[in-house]
Amino acid sequence: MLAQLEIHQRAGNDSCVASNGFCPSWIAHNIDRYLHPFWQHVYLSVIAVVLGFVIAFALAVLAHNRHWLVGPIIGVTGVLYTLPSIAVFFLLQPITGRGAFTALIALTAYTLLILFRNIVTGFDNVPAETVDAARGLGFTDRQVLWRVEVPLAMPEIIAGLRIASTTTVGLATLAFFAGAGGLGGEIFADITFKSNVVVAGALCLLLAIMFDVVLLTAQRIALPWQRAQTAAGPRPRRLWREARVMD
Amino acid sequence: MSQFGDAIDFILHSREARSGGTNVGGAELLPMLWKHLELTGVSVGIAVALAVPFGLWLGHIGRGEFLATSVANVGRAVPSLALIAFFVAYIGVGFRNVTLALVLLAIPPILTNTYVGVRQVDRDAVDAARGMGMTGPQIVRRVELPLALPLVFGGVRTSVVNVIATAAIAPLAGVVTLGDPIIAGGVYGEDGRLGAAILVALLAVAAEALFAVLQRAVTPRGIRISQTPQARSHRGFGIPRLRRQTST
Repeated sequence: MLAQLEIHQRAGNDSCVASNGFCPSWIAHNIDRYLHPFWQHVYLSVIAVVLGFVIAFALAVLAHNRHWLVGPIIGVTGVLYTLPSIAVFFLLQPITGRGAFTALIALTAYTLLILFRNIVTGFDNVPAETVDAARGLGFTDRQVLWRVEVPLAMPEIIAGLRIASTTTVGLATLAFFAGAGGLGGEIFADITFKSNVVVAGALCLLLAIMFDVVLLTAQRIALPWQRAQTAAGPRPRRLWREARVMD
Repeated sequence: MSQFGDAIDFILHSREARSGGTNVGGAELLPMLWKHLELTGVSVGIAVALAVPFGLWLGHIGRGEFLATSVANVGRAVPSLALIAFFVAYIGVGFRNVTLALVLLAIPPILTNTYVGVRQVDRDAVDAARGMGMTGPQIVRRVELPLALPLVFGGVRTSVVNVIATAAIAPLAGVVTLGDPIIAGGVYGEDGRLGAAILVALLAVAAEALFAVLQRAVTPRGIRISQTPQARSHRGFGIPRLRRQTST
């Protein structure tokens, strides 16, 4: 089956393509072939992370007041996170059919553990005195959440979003198994052709880096006080924080 | 739902392949399972042999924070399919090449966790050990390593689960693992595809559970006792208990 795909796809008869090399001219001619899968990849990743964030945030707010919920939620999302994505794409198909919907369910499920854990850690790291001070000023619970806790938890929340987005870009390369397209389909279509693999792989990496840069920029804009701190004192343990949230 | 029933039937009983000739399913899955386990074991074994000593050394001398974290970040950004494809296209198919690719995939979590594990060891304990006259290697072996072990195992656990998942696409590189019925659905049929997906999922969950037990077993008693009830309540299914401590 692979051989057929190769013949079908590897259009162009210059010697570089025939000898399966790294062919800049082939890439220049065929780059538009990757555009549609690239946008599918963007779509899958963005929707999955946004959906995952909404769900994880809601769960974190819920568990914030009922701390006993943290363990069970991490347990359930942990099992979801453990299941290999390629298996889940096929396990879901008898239930939800083939297509982007199935892929999105799986991809969203994978973001939950990372996001939930980071949001909860962020809330926990808010100093109790700050919350007390806000209460003393007459803030309601809702105001404490949105005006004190969420802003102060933002570094952890964004660290979680960064991990979730890069992971999701990686997992979405397998989403074509669920019939959702994406750059993985291009990689798979001609896995022995060097030019193809390099272009499709590089686009995935580029996408992951792009998400990371966007989120870092968002963090800089949203948290101006953090920058001031960094400039004033010794570098805080920011890198550490990122390392820590990794398993 | 009967599709799941058929898939389980495929796991339990062998039958003739759709393309005819050979038998698939049932006991025919065992060689694939062994290959899957072999690939995982060899890859993670090599990764541990490389990453743990290096991480211990980096953590001991207290340098390389940037390296340890960037390896983790880059490692997460590289899609496993792209990595395997890169090896297939540029180096070729075969067990050795897939193993190499999986080693690269397995190193980042182990390296980062080992480094973080050593760095989060109480500096007072290290100073005390030094005061008792321990040499650098003794401190690493008898103080830092035992106290970092739970996190090291956390990293190995992440890697094992990742590698089991990625070994499912190894058939693309000519290594017939449990992923073969998934990739080559035409030969095994839909039942085979779903059955293999179930097996891979079970394998990953089993490995996760096994390593959770191991991780608990290697946690030094001192750390276990110092767990506060509050910290314990966070200890869910997949969460190394030390995460709470490192966050303070």
